[in-house]
Amino acid sequence: MTAGHMLATGEATNPGVSQPAFRILDASQLQKLIDELLHRDYEVIGPTVRDGAIVYDRVGSVEDLPAGWTDEQEPGSYRLKHRRDQALFAYTVGPQSWKKYLHPAELRLWEAGREGGSFRILNNDTPPQRPYAFLAVRACELKAIALQDQVLLDESYRDPHYGQRRARAFTIAMQCTQAAATCFCASMGAGPRVGDGCDLVFTELLGQKGHRFVGKAESERGDELLSALETTPATEDDLRELEAALQTASQQARSVDTTGIKQLLFDNFEHPHWDKVAGRCLACAHCTLVCPTCFCTTVEDASDVTGDHAERWRRWDSCFTLSFSYIHGGSIRTSSKARYRQWMTHKLASWIDQFGTSGCVGCGRCITWCPVGIDITAEVRALREGGQHGNP
Amino acid sequence: METLEPIIANHPFFAGLDGGFTNLMVGCASNVRFQAGDYIFKEGDPANTFYLIREGRVAVEVFAPQHKPIIVATLGVGEILGWSWLLPPYHWKNHAHAVEDTRAIALDGKCLRTKCEQNHDLGYEVLKRFARIIEQRLEATRLQLLDVYSARR
Amino acid sequence: MTMATTTTTDPMLPRPYLVRQVAKETPDIFTLTLEPENDPNGDMFLPGQFSMLWVFGVGELPISISGDPASPDRLVYTVRSVGQATHSLVSQRVGESVGVRGPFGAGWPAEVARNRDVIVVAGGIGLAPLRPLIYHVLGNRRDYKRLVVLYGARSPRELLYRKELASWARHHETQVLVTVDYGGLGWRGHVGVVTTLFKYARLQAPRSVAMICGPEIMMRFVARELEAQGLARDDIYLSMERNMKCGVGLCGHCQYEKHFVCKDGPVFRYEQVRSLLEKYEL
Repeated sequence: MTAGHMLATGEATNPGVSQPAFRILDASQLQKLIDELLHRDYEVIGPTVRDGAIVYDRVGSVEDLPAGWTDEQEPGSYRLKHRRDQALFAYTVGPQSWKKYLHPAELRLWEAGREGGSFRILNNDTPPQRPYAFLAVRACELKAIALQDQVLLDESYRDPHYGQRRARAFTIAMQCTQAAATCFCASMGAGPRVGDGCDLVFTELLGQKGHRFVGKAESERGDELLSALETTPATEDDLRELEAALQTASQQARSVDTTGIKQLLFDNFEHPHWDKVAGRCLACAHCTLVCPTCFCTTVEDASDVTGDHAERWRRWDSCFTLSFSYIHGGSIRTSSKARYRQWMTHKLASWIDQFGTSGCVGCGRCITWCPVGIDITAEVRALREGGQHGNP
Repeated sequence: METLEPIIANHPFFAGLDGGFTNLMVGCASNVRFQAGDYIFKEGDPANTFYLIREGRVAVEVFAPQHKPIIVATLGVGEILGWSWLLPPYHWKNHAHAVEDTRAIALDGKCLRTKCEQNHDLGYEVLKRFARIIEQRLEATRLQLLDVYSARR
Repeated sequence: MTMATTTTTDPMLPRPYLVRQVAKETPDIFTLTLEPENDPNGDMFLPGQFSMLWVFGVGELPISISGDPASPDRLVYTVRSVGQATHSLVSQRVGESVGVRGPFGAGWPAEVARNRDVIVVAGGIGLAPLRPLIYHVLGNRRDYKRLVVLYGARSPRELLYRKELASWARHHETQVLVTVDYGGLGWRGHVGVVTTLFKYARLQAPRSVAMICGPEIMMRFVARELEAQGLARDDIYLSMERNMKCGVGLCGHCQYEKHFVCKDGPVFRYEQVRSLLEKYEL
């Protein structure tokens, strides 16, 4: 809590003046926030309710946001529930993450035309894309974006498609005021407090002082946007309420003990527990689809019926598929045991050697969206304790 | 005419055996030559000799109906040919066929066999050495069986 | 690990290369010689690197470069026809074009082998990724001590580069030994797995560096045997193979525990992969 001691001086907002301290944005101003983003030609993406879940989609108005909704998550279970108040961001995370937009599920890389016995690349420009403004990015999601930055924007091998979308994306973080039963971001060092990398960070408060957001700018363009809105300085009471909310969100039922986790996974390749989880895992790939850090893709070549025009597409892929590890002669990882082990080991161990940090942000999506409720936190515990069951 | 003693004494196969044994072997050793194409022994023949190859190449073959004999392994310089003399029924299990002009030292297995029965310590030492050779051949044969270079696995 | 600089263009875009020659090595193995359509200089590559070869509208495959690194104006690839994509690749006619991306990957560490004996152990089509290394050593003969090529194939009909094998053997301080698993009629050479050739190579462990390529089982046994003969684990190198879609470390397919075979490999030190080779379904 860095700026807690800075008291407001009661001045009205003044465009162009830098505002490092926490400010209060009344909920009624939220529409203006969205309008200002649209005015700056951003495509605003935020949470909406659809098909009984919180999904990210285009947002034009505050009406599109999930007012009065919260979620209840358990292994293999997700339900939206009504709240008694009209909180806009009182859910935790839905099945999707921002990789839907930054690292899209389908992308045409280029097209080529036949020229005699040869070919020519016709078009490898990505269609012009309005920059995204992501409204209500959770701490775990912000961390996940930073992790994907490391993977996809490496010096030697850079993904230009990701780079372009990422560079222009405006992120407005929204800190959680509660945790779902499947959350464990605290033990993964990924939340609930939002870290670096966003443009604006807010926390929703619904106390006696009314429905408002306390937050601040974390970048120049965040500052510029905030200056265009009506805000008042945050008081000490506001900041205490903020801290209390974060405290609530930090109380998480699940956790992972990350001590020596890399060696734990590398050294237990033949642990009998893998057979137990293999008996449950369907290799359905849900976990990789919902995981905000999973980045694996495949390329597919296609041509039209004349054979004169070809396209290369990039699609999400999953290490849970049999063909993922296929080389001539057969796949390397034929059993679902091997594939589950690969995913978990990559996420929690290999990632550390590859990118310097864990690949997991503790968002809990893989636990919620696994049809059989496999709980990665329980799997880690089972490996430590030597072969005992995870969840029954 | 060169003596066989240094060749036998210095061969890795005989290392660690005492001098008395080496003398014994030398006494039962002789130089032999085979021309390319000669059969050194054939499947079913009584096995009383083993060979230390000094030059050339010998093919170990399996006889199969409707085929010419199939080479399953080749042995070259420094290798030991033949272990069937050591274990009953003392008959060769394969053909051995000189692929090139070959010079070898032939060692009297029958004599050695008798000594091993009398002196079990000697017998153990000899058996250990042959067990190593058999192990190596078995491993190599298994790898060959895997047919690792074929297109379909 | 040694790495060549990749081209400055987008590594995901194939460049058209003309097929100059398609030579049949064995009933199902062909060697393609390609020439860049638009760039007379060609691409520098290091022995052990690979390209992603694309047949228009069909698909793309990672194939090791098998030509002489001193002649980057030609790219040579030896390909085994085992499925639809490889079949269409080897069916290309002279004058048609193939898409090339790359070169990618970490190659054979020639500088580690300077002033030492270079022991090349190849199994089957594994000789193809090692051939550029052999060319390099023979082309810079004074930088290296003995060159020993130990090559095992399934049968005499499946031996690659037969004429070259004979010509290599005629070089100074160069030994080429060949063996087959199945001898067949008329074969008067060695029969047996490639490890049976070691005793004829007169290996001197401290001054030797070994480079191995072939089926994984073969590499595992060969490396183990070389270690038994006294070579250090840091002096033994293997070329691994895994599924690849991008070749640049972004698609995730080629992961081998913590390594990406496309960028951390395909050449690895035995020390790096020794414990991994024994792990089933890694």
